[in-house]
Amino acid sequence: MTFMSLVPRLAIPLLLIAVALLPFLAPWSKVMLTLALAKGLAVLGIVVLLHAGQVSFGHALFFAVAAYSAAFLGQAFGGGELVSMVLIGVASAVVVGLLVGLFVVRYRYIFFGMLNLAFSMIVFSVLEKFYHYTGGSDGLQVARPLVLGIEMERPAFESLLFYGGLVIAVIVAWAVHRYFDSPIGHMLKTIKTNETRLEYLGVSARRVLLVGYLVSAALCGLGGVLMAVAQGIVTPEYAWWIRSGELVFIAILGGAGSVSGAFVGALVYEVVRTYASAFAGDVWQMILGFFLLGIILYAPRGLIGVYGSFMGRIGSNTASGKEAKRRAMEAAE
Amino acid sequence: MTALLEAKGLEIHFGGVVAASDVNLQIHEGKNLAIIGPNGAGKTTFLNICTGYLKPSAGQVFFNGKGITRKSPREITRLGVARAFQIPQLFGEHTALENLLIAAAARERRWAPFTRLGQIPERAEMMHLLEMVNCVHVADRPVEELPEGQRKLIDIAVALALKPKLLFMDEPTSGVASSEKFAVLDIVAKALTESKVTSVFVEHDMGIVERFADEVAVWNRGEVLHRGMPDDILSHADVVRDVIGEEI
Repeated sequence: MTFMSLVPRLAIPLLLIAVALLPFLAPWSKVMLTLALAKGLAVLGIVVLLHAGQVSFGHALFFAVAAYSAAFLGQAFGGGELVSMVLIGVASAVVVGLLVGLFVVRYRYIFFGMLNLAFSMIVFSVLEKFYHYTGGSDGLQVARPLVLGIEMERPAFESLLFYGGLVIAVIVAWAVHRYFDSPIGHMLKTIKTNETRLEYLGVSARRVLLVGYLVSAALCGLGGVLMAVAQGIVTPEYAWWIRSGELVFIAILGGAGSVSGAFVGALVYEVVRTYASAFAGDVWQMILGFFLLGIILYAPRGLIGVYGSFMGRIGSNTASGKEAKRRAMEAAE
Repeated sequence: MTALLEAKGLEIHFGGVVAASDVNLQIHEGKNLAIIGPNGAGKTTFLNICTGYLKPSAGQVFFNGKGITRKSPREITRLGVARAFQIPQLFGEHTALENLLIAAAARERRWAPFTRLGQIPERAEMMHLLEMVNCVHVADRPVEELPEGQRKLIDIAVALALKPKLLFMDEPTSGVASSEKFAVLDIVAKALTESKVTSVFVEHDMGIVERFADEVAVWNRGEVLHRGMPDDILSHADVVRDVIGEEI
């Protein structure tokens, strides 16, 4: 086994280590990376639905539902406790996911996307208008919660959020990977390729999609809670359609359908956004727009796809070049 | 002889086209029944009604004595009726073996989220099925890359993976080169015998019907005109005129 053929396998562990070490070199990056992780988790939810060939333009709904649940919990119990906030936030995203899901899994493609958008805009309006409960457009403060009963200082809490989030992201990514490789995960993929045959195997395509929908709602919820405690505030913007679009944008940027692409995409997006808005002021969205255009036109498999063909090209000088490319793609997915 | 599937007085119209008009038919266990007839005679419509894809405006279908007329394709499949299609209905991005494994997982209701599809206990059984249809050498190729003949066979294998009691096949040899038709159906017939499945197949090639059918039903304008042994039916004057044309 040559060194080059090892690289694809090591890429993800190396990237993880690099991300984990970055806050030591640049302490200011911790919050940015935590936000990238939060978005990455939510993007993974989009990736699950992309496996079924469906795009939701309203998944910020679950992001917001979980974030607001955590905020309410925090306000009701004088700050609240982190673990229970995560659990209850995700649980409420799943419950809302079930209510919305039972309805939207009857539809496909543009109808699926638009119905999700409609539901998210309803929640957005509720969050904006019910000022006495939701704080309206000002949102709600999320005080730094206890962690299993322990009060933490801000730097320690930020470290805990980042490293805890990183560990959860790794576990979740592994779990989603396994889910994709399970029979019901493969059936999710067949909704894109041949729903008729799936029904003629005696399987309810709607039920298969509903399971995927709940998984994706849970992932968005997890991202939402992490974002809420990291930012210390929740606003109706969490449910806004631009946020939903952003999640889809990152999913395509990273590599539609790829688990690791969700996080790589979120990381690149967050870095570009942070720097572009600092240095390019009003035009940073335009820069991102051209970036997406480039991805769609020249690298439809996203950053992960670019990485895969890059590894293939480097390796093509060696006998194991093709093998390296294949492995890079496999590792990436 | 008891009927495995029984259709009684089926009626369906598409605008002015009569696709089923008082269709009565019994399908007996252990036999291969061929359905023949000119285009537009209602053969595929009959399959669509029996598998729940279409609801007749009148009449009933019974499977093992149980009414299935208003049931969905999914429920009917669960009762033991499988279907292979005129245009193979496969999961294009999945390999041939994965297509069968998904069918096996559906049959055994393997919903656990952390079992790997490639490691379900039915894997050996599915490899055997691929062997039966002569497709082991393409087990790991995505089916969208395979030629039509092989896709047809895999489509039938997917249906057989469900261990059905009854299999409907809509033109199992259409899209297969005429020089290969007999070979393909030989494979299918062998697989059917080995799996002990009763089959109903729509077919246009009379040579195939003669060789593989135990019984023949002749369709025209939404009606079952004749039914009997292949030899008798294929030499029947009306059948020769309406269905076979001047071939004989």
